[in-house]
Amino acid sequence: MAVSDEDVRHVAALARLGLEPDRVSQLATELNGILSHMDVLAAVDTSAIDLHERGDGQGMPLRDDGEAQLPLAHGRETFAPASRDGFFLVPRLATHEDASEDA
Amino acid sequence: MNDEALQLPAATLARRVGAGDRSSLATTDAAFARSQAVGAGPDGLNIFLGHDREWSRAEAEAIDARVVRGESVGPLAGVPVAVKDNLATVHLPTTCGSRILEGYRSPFEATAVRRLREAGAVVVGKTNMDEFAMGSSTESSAYGPTRNPRAPDRVPGGSSGGSAAAVAAGIVPIALGSETGGSVRQPAAFCGITGIKPTYGRVSRYGLVAYGSSLDHVGVMGRTVDDAALGLQVIAGYDGRDATCLDVPVPDYRSAASSSMAGVVIGRPREYFPASLDPRVREACDAALDALRAAGAEVRDVSLPHTALAIPAYYIVAPAEASSNLARFDGARYGLRLSGEGLRGMYESTRSRGFGAEVTRRILLGTYVLSAGYYDAYYRKAMEVRRLITNDFAAVFGAGVHALVTPTTPTPAFRLGEVSDPYEMYLSDVFTVTANLAGVPAMSVPAGFVDALPIGVQVIAPHFGEHAMLGVAYALERALGVGGAR
Amino acid sequence: MSATRPAPDYELVVGLEVHVQLRTRTKIFCPCPTDFGAPPNANTCPVCLALPGALPVLNAHAVQLAVRTALALECTVHRTSVFARKNYFYPDLPKGYQISQFDQPIATAGRLDIGEAAGGAPRVIGITRAHMEEDAGKSVHDRFPSVTAIDLNRAGTPLVEIVSEPDIRTPAEARAYCGRLKEILEYTGVSDANMEEGSLRVDANVSVRLRGATALGTKTEIKNMNSFSGVERAIAVEFERQCARLEAGEAIVQQTLLWDATRQEVRPARSKEGSHDYRYFPDPDLPPLILDAAFIAHERASLPELPAARRTRMQAQYAVSPYEAGVLTASRALADYFEAVAAALGDGKPAANWIMGEVLAHLNNAGTTIAEFAVPPADLASLLALVRDGTVSNSAAKRIFARMTQGEGAPAAIAEREGLTQVRDDGALVAWVDEVWAAHPDEATRLAAGEKKLLGVLVGAVMKRSGGRADPRRVNQLLAAKLSG
Repeated sequence: MAVSDEDVRHVAALARLGLEPDRVSQLATELNGILSHMDVLAAVDTSAIDLHERGDGQGMPLRDDGEAQLPLAHGRETFAPASRDGFFLVPRLATHEDASEDA
Repeated sequence: MNDEALQLPAATLARRVGAGDRSSLATTDAAFARSQAVGAGPDGLNIFLGHDREWSRAEAEAIDARVVRGESVGPLAGVPVAVKDNLATVHLPTTCGSRILEGYRSPFEATAVRRLREAGAVVVGKTNMDEFAMGSSTESSAYGPTRNPRAPDRVPGGSSGGSAAAVAAGIVPIALGSETGGSVRQPAAFCGITGIKPTYGRVSRYGLVAYGSSLDHVGVMGRTVDDAALGLQVIAGYDGRDATCLDVPVPDYRSAASSSMAGVVIGRPREYFPASLDPRVREACDAALDALRAAGAEVRDVSLPHTALAIPAYYIVAPAEASSNLARFDGARYGLRLSGEGLRGMYESTRSRGFGAEVTRRILLGTYVLSAGYYDAYYRKAMEVRRLITNDFAAVFGAGVHALVTPTTPTPAFRLGEVSDPYEMYLSDVFTVTANLAGVPAMSVPAGFVDALPIGVQVIAPHFGEHAMLGVAYALERALGVGGAR
Repeated sequence: MSATRPAPDYELVVGLEVHVQLRTRTKIFCPCPTDFGAPPNANTCPVCLALPGALPVLNAHAVQLAVRTALALECTVHRTSVFARKNYFYPDLPKGYQISQFDQPIATAGRLDIGEAAGGAPRVIGITRAHMEEDAGKSVHDRFPSVTAIDLNRAGTPLVEIVSEPDIRTPAEARAYCGRLKEILEYTGVSDANMEEGSLRVDANVSVRLRGATALGTKTEIKNMNSFSGVERAIAVEFERQCARLEAGEAIVQQTLLWDATRQEVRPARSKEGSHDYRYFPDPDLPPLILDAAFIAHERASLPELPAARRTRMQAQYAVSPYEAGVLTASRALADYFEAVAAALGDGKPAANWIMGEVLAHLNNAGTTIAEFAVPPADLASLLALVRDGTVSNSAAKRIFARMTQGEGAPAAIAEREGLTQVRDDGALVAWVDEVWAAHPDEATRLAAGEKKLLGVLVGAVMKRSGGRADPRRVNQLLAAKLSG
């Protein structure tokens, strides 16, 4: 599967990477080079592997609902790029809708 | 003089500090003096990204004060340690070798670091690394590469190059690193020291900035096998803050120093000794196997047939997980923020300028292999192949083999700037990534020199077989000498 | 009631996705409190702030509540389920992904009975799946100029997402589904399930097809409905819109729409370019969740009697009507109260009447709930017993009740104290009757002559003379006896 320039742009957008246009082609070439080494995987017979089957069967450890809150050694204002009245501030979204949509 | 303190086994140093025979403060000062003497600064070896001498001295003074009061201070009392800059620390910044976290001060501490400090260790600095642990040479750090103390025109390996250099330069006997594809063992081999990757789930990842979560491990480097074993002893064990950390008892690792090799079956997997392997590397490895035979072990030819699939599988799984793990670096709540047009502009400016080329490449690759239409062919396939690799190890260990011995790397350290093709760089992990994929413990022990450069031999054991693995490593060190200098 | 359509050949097809906040003390993956009203970002920690190096650890109570929810909806609970990352960028999603469940959810294949269809057959809506996930934080767009303010207190609150089959056929059914679901969630104690407060959120997938067709039409997703009536109305409006488009020969565009309650219309969400490629993959920080069969069995056995079953039983056991049963089971607490009173009294009817009347009126006026009600069930039963055996009149009982609601204690003592016990002693009653008879000769004569309605007047006079304490039934009897005697 060859990665096109358009693929790179699409994927960069998904990852919010903001690529300079002149890097796109070069990245497509690099990705194609790397992925060509992965073609060997397609030929491998993995039909006997069931990823849903877990070897150790240990399962997930759970946490008690009554635990104490994890403390912060220094307040949010020490690392927040922009904050006010306790809120983190970011540039306003292009759309004001509250639906969970990509920004 | 106190500089000799840095040459002591860490266990001995800690015992003496705990007994009041040595001062933690003086030892800390010695570490800083040594750092200066070897030129660890940005114009020289460029080992540390963060350090605060006054703070370290205060930590050391607190240890000494407790000793004076007769309080117990722990098995690492006064031992200076270095911590890779992707492990969260509260006082010193945590940059992960990236611009996007320049100056970032974590408000919580990684479990592994907390355990070291609770054992009395004094953190003298945060070490340089490939950006977000993506690399095998420390050349992708946004803060310049680290140089190999044994040969300053060469890389120290990566991604934990700074930690390896800190130990190799004699500044600290123990350093914490991290592994996703070999990033503790490979730099340990390049720098002529010991490096351990424990079993996945042996050491808590809480506070280790995630790169490839299912492959990430906190690892330990030591001047000697005993130093590394002591470090592992302190940080290993269950932690409720990491759901992938397993609740398995921690044995006394240092007791493996007296393990006999009689009756031990060592596997020599043929796939790690390809015809193309540098004959000098092969020779050094076979000499190590001879030494084990002489100590009473049986060496058996074995096969791990899916070994050649490891790099392709790794370079799908790790970037895929990374692409998700690094989404949080968006300028919104911490770290670098640059502006662009609106919110999206903030995301894109921040991430395009904050991430370096290798990180960008891996995020793109990872996003691609997870994206619609490609998930099954790439990510799911790679995870299935990964299972085949895991099964290879299980089959060999299940057939009566106690540990495997292989070269750690195909070559000694290469020159700075020598390897520019990304995939060629990836290939330097060819012998190490399998253990990350399978989660089995593995470590590198110095095995001698090629072209006057250190090389390492690798010991691999079954899951939670660190004690057996260390037994072989201690035996090798006895035979080959500390630092491989027989 | 279906939306009125001039062209009756279009069928409405609706599936609902409901997000429910679980009533845990702490968040799903970290021990931050879930309490409401904390200052912005006070309830945050490295994990829910998505600080570098933080890791999620699952809350056992959230699992328990999710399992309980699934069992109450008659789902199959899977012993093994997997958490997956749903990757997208949004400021209230700090990790850049939401931890959810994808192809191995905790539960599938349930059902919800939403009442009776025309003709009396039970109307059952299928439930495709229920899965666990974390809530996002809140983006506040209008608090400060030109920036969006982010509060992550809500980020990490445990949610169960319940997805129905596209079985719903009318807006009213959608509303009924929401109501029945809320009821179950409240009865099982898993959630406050309050749409206005945000602990229950509903998205609707709406499509239209020709009646008789089996394939599904293109669907739109409606968000931002804030009440059950809003759900009903929004679906009705969207049905109209889709039918109108189809009639005009235009295709339905798959899109997300937002309900505008003020304007009573749907409008497209001004959405992102590019598709929703969430790139789901199993979260490597969380091993599979493996549930003990014994645990699931225990949760199933501890389920409370669910509302529908309770209503059926109450009608049979207490001879209350379906309507009464509905009112009395509005909440589990109210139903418990009613049954406690009915049991103590030994009779459901008076208990039902009094609770539906006096008690609910009081709670409404006082703005409190049955949980905070000052009158224990045993005391109310005592009061109703006093009425039943004639010790107090109905109107006296209301006055006693008023005092009981102020916490003044048991009814018998209050009645004694306030002199509200009815006089039943014939001696006294006869004396009052005779006095009234003598004092109203004109009415007495006319009553004796057959003007029956004057009986009430004379009874009233006796009541007045007795200061309201005479037993009106007995007075009636005595007056009647005077007529015949």
